[in-house]
Amino acid sequence: MELLVDIALLSMLVATAVSLILVRGLVASIMLTSIYGLLSASFFVTMDAVDVAFTEAAVGAGVSPLLLLMTVALVGRVEQQPRKRHIAFPLLLVTVTGVLLIVGTLDMPPFGSADAPALQHVAPRYLQQSGEEIGIPNVVTSVLASYRAYDTLGEVLVIFTAGIAVILVLMLPGRRGSVPDDAGRQRPRNVVVNVVSKILIPFMLLFALYVQFHGEYGPGGGFQAGVIFASGIILYGLLYGLPSVCRVIPPPVVEALAALGVLLYALTGVLALLDGRPFLDYSVLATDPVTAQYLGITAIELGVGVTVASVIITIFYAFAAHLSEAQR
Amino acid sequence: MVLHWLSEACLLAGSFLLLTGALGFLRFPDIYARIHACGVTETLATSLILVALLLKSEAALPQVKLLFILLFLMFSGPTASHALAKAAWQGGVRPRATRDAGERPASPAGR
Amino acid sequence: MDIASYFNYWIVIVLMMLGFYIVIARGNLVKKLIGLNIFQTSVFILYISAGKVSDGAAPILTEGVSVYSNPLPHVLILTAIVVGIATTAVGLALVARIHEAYGTVEESQILEQDNAC
Repeated sequence: MELLVDIALLSMLVATAVSLILVRGLVASIMLTSIYGLLSASFFVTMDAVDVAFTEAAVGAGVSPLLLLMTVALVGRVEQQPRKRHIAFPLLLVTVTGVLLIVGTLDMPPFGSADAPALQHVAPRYLQQSGEEIGIPNVVTSVLASYRAYDTLGEVLVIFTAGIAVILVLMLPGRRGSVPDDAGRQRPRNVVVNVVSKILIPFMLLFALYVQFHGEYGPGGGFQAGVIFASGIILYGLLYGLPSVCRVIPPPVVEALAALGVLLYALTGVLALLDGRPFLDYSVLATDPVTAQYLGITAIELGVGVTVASVIITIFYAFAAHLSEAQR
Repeated sequence: MVLHWLSEACLLAGSFLLLTGALGFLRFPDIYARIHACGVTETLATSLILVALLLKSEAALPQVKLLFILLFLMFSGPTASHALAKAAWQGGVRPRATRDAGERPASPAGR
Repeated sequence: MDIASYFNYWIVIVLMMLGFYIVIARGNLVKKLIGLNIFQTSVFILYISAGKVSDGAAPILTEGVSVYSNPLPHVLILTAIVVGIATTAVGLALVARIHEAYGTVEESQILEQDNAC
């Protein structure tokens, strides 16, 4: 039964990707991308990767198509027909590479086998000992925020850097920090959507906080919570315009918060250094090791959540400001 | 035992409605009819499936979560259909019936 | 040989090649980024498939469950998804800038303008 669901979802993914190749026009492509994101999120649920599915549902089906749509609003939705001679060579290259890779998969361990090499190295240790060492049920959070906190710090820094890069690339000369006002422009209003969203947005933000602080016990954590929080704010911005959302959360505040999240993460690590222990060793935070782990994970997840939410909101602000500038 | 069969029946009905919605989406002539096919069946079908899961689950916590999902779907499904139809209307898409009759389409409201 | 034991990997490769094809065969820069997204997601699917154990449970410790799927790929991919959207945003910002400078996002037209200089 599980295999049947697996095959159905994967076939739908392939169908979506094929129609992405066949379809002309960027808006239709973006809708297909959104469907692709939702399908892969469902697939991750069948693969027991609930945390990943959570993230993919928020990013792949929500934020990513939104950013693509904003870019298309800037650059136009028409896609030109490729010339005929451009098709033959890519097709050949893709076929040859694909066949070679498929031959390569025959050496891989069968799907789902419990004695595959990938499952032998560190995973058993995480699964057997994290219950006593870290004391929280969600092993993914234990690995993310404690065993592999170095890696996660790196990832958060990459996200932060990407946020800075977007601001720098899209910076409008001479208009840094000022919010474009489009009060004179008539925005298309939709009463039903506005009212329903106004009811739902507080719950979205509340849900983001639940995901943030419940990440130790169930699927969730800083990355998911950050994306969900940001999508709540972005929804508000889409409905009521950039000036209103900038009054609620001014861009300088968001940018400062993005830096603050990284700082919170890194300082938690430095705290251990000051006591003469290795970087990111949480045992400095409390005498009881399990309590210390709990405190450290909470602090780090908070830093991750704040940074991810702020960076995504910042990216939205940058694109939206550019868009309202271009429409002028 | 009664609950079990009730939930199975709900699941079957929900799946059947989803199937008809998908069929309507593929076969109906214009965007408004397609929204009608999906939007109407989708809300009822997902509600039925959620009710079936509610009847199946034994613990209290999943039941509360399912109730919340049901509540949010009641909000979001119709709103999405409405937004889609309104966007199509404002974008200048007219129902096929008026197009075929060769009538001059009425000017969209609120423009 | 059981087809089911390799089906996931083959689908991953098909998806990867479809994404790769969009990247190299299409001239529109936004479409190229969409293709890159497909490619990226196929890698996510590969990792998550490799971490799945038959009859395993989601890696959240529960009483009475002994077989869990591998949590390590989940951690890697979870962060990779969010990093992916951040880097995609950088790419899209660059595309927006290229459109300002050249007035087009079609690769062939950009090259023509470059060669004309």
